[in-house]
Amino acid sequence: MSVEWTDDAIVLGARPYGETQALAEVFARGHGRAAAIVHGGASRRMKPVLQLGNVVRVTWKARTADQLGFFAPLELTDPHAARVLDDQAALAAMSCAADLVRAGTADRQPYAGLYDAFIVLLDALGTPDIWPALYTRFELGLLAELGYGLDLGECALTGANDDLAFVSPKTGRAATRSAGEPYADKLLRLPPFIANPAAPVESGDVADAFALAGWFLERRIFDRQGHGMPDSRRRLIEALGHRGRL
Amino acid sequence: MRSSRLPSVSPEIEKLIDLLAKVPGLGRRSAQRAALALLKKRDTLLAPLAQALVEASEKVKACSACGSLDAMDPCAICASPTRDQGLICVVGEVGDVWALERAGVFRGRYHVLGGVLSALDGVRPEDLRVGKLVERAAAPEVREVIIALNATVDGQTTAHYLTERLQGVDVAVTRLAHGVPVGGELELLDEGTLLAALTSRRPF
Repeated sequence: MSVEWTDDAIVLGARPYGETQALAEVFARGHGRAAAIVHGGASRRMKPVLQLGNVVRVTWKARTADQLGFFAPLELTDPHAARVLDDQAALAAMSCAADLVRAGTADRQPYAGLYDAFIVLLDALGTPDIWPALYTRFELGLLAELGYGLDLGECALTGANDDLAFVSPKTGRAATRSAGEPYADKLLRLPPFIANPAAPVESGDVADAFALAGWFLERRIFDRQGHGMPDSRRRLIEALGHRGRL
Repeated sequence: MRSSRLPSVSPEIEKLIDLLAKVPGLGRRSAQRAALALLKKRDTLLAPLAQALVEASEKVKACSACGSLDAMDPCAICASPTRDQGLICVVGEVGDVWALERAGVFRGRYHVLGGVLSALDGVRPEDLRVGKLVERAAAPEVREVIIALNATVDGQTTAHYLTERLQGVDVAVTRLAHGVPVGGELELLDEGTLLAALTSRRPF
């Protein structure tokens, strides 16, 4: 008996498979990260569709649930890749988000919240004033979705929930400015917009948010897998730095 | 699925078919047909092909300047005095050089990167011939570097990376336009190409 599902998905990548096919990997809203063969995936018609970051409507079919299977049909619904090709930073953000999803999520496990956050990020990539901060929230959201969320609700030392300004690199718990100040050199800075979504994003906040998320991504995901942070993240931070958007 | 292996042929023929089947564009059945044609035309096809393969294996090498393939080093294009020494066209693979040469639209020199950056395939900057490009671009006669990489996420990620690496070099860095292909009909174009064409529109 064959199995199949239909879902909205973000293309994470594709590579040639034989002469005319492609092996595509997508991140589907209700079915998580899945790879399958796309017949005709190497064709002129399908190559633009199978670009990283594009949103597609896809049906996965296989004879049994544990087979590789194939995607058919696979139809483009939102061409995000073409939108960001000319923007180095946005392109790096899209690539990096895909790299993190690929590294962090388990095969065929749904992460609907993470998918929705990815879509919000992709939709925002045309708005340079907004998306760098949003991107860092995506990284922290990814950590939370994978069970490594930071505890930013209250100060670990005093229990207060206002003026949170630091995060412990060991526990991932927040600390207020006054409680954390004596240990400032040992703590990670918590930008106000991370603790409070309504707070404005000031100069240096995005860099602090990258440092905060990067610390935990590296130790809780990438170190455990035995490889370093993706190159795309370094390129993203450099591109934002050159444009003064950190 | 029925196997296309031939149970009764000699190991020599089977080996020939196996090797031919590894050539891009040839499946196993096509390889069988090709092997048969070669064996039928032993003197006019098989022997010359074998000779050509040996010569190509012995003589063809990557050009130390541009990375393209030729039997001489530097390659014929790099060594040609009639090519514009001030233009360098950066491509991903040797096949891209051949495509541009087929079109006959570029009279400068090339630089073959040897691929593009790709997280999926684990291709990093140090796997590409980027340092050599920067070195070549810094030569006083070079005035423009044209980045002619695929209009894909990986291709354009590489293009941005190269642009950044070339920032300290006194050359103009340009890239190929993206948009409607010649002979293309709008209603048949994908949304991404239409978007790129609209974004890259210019005064008429």
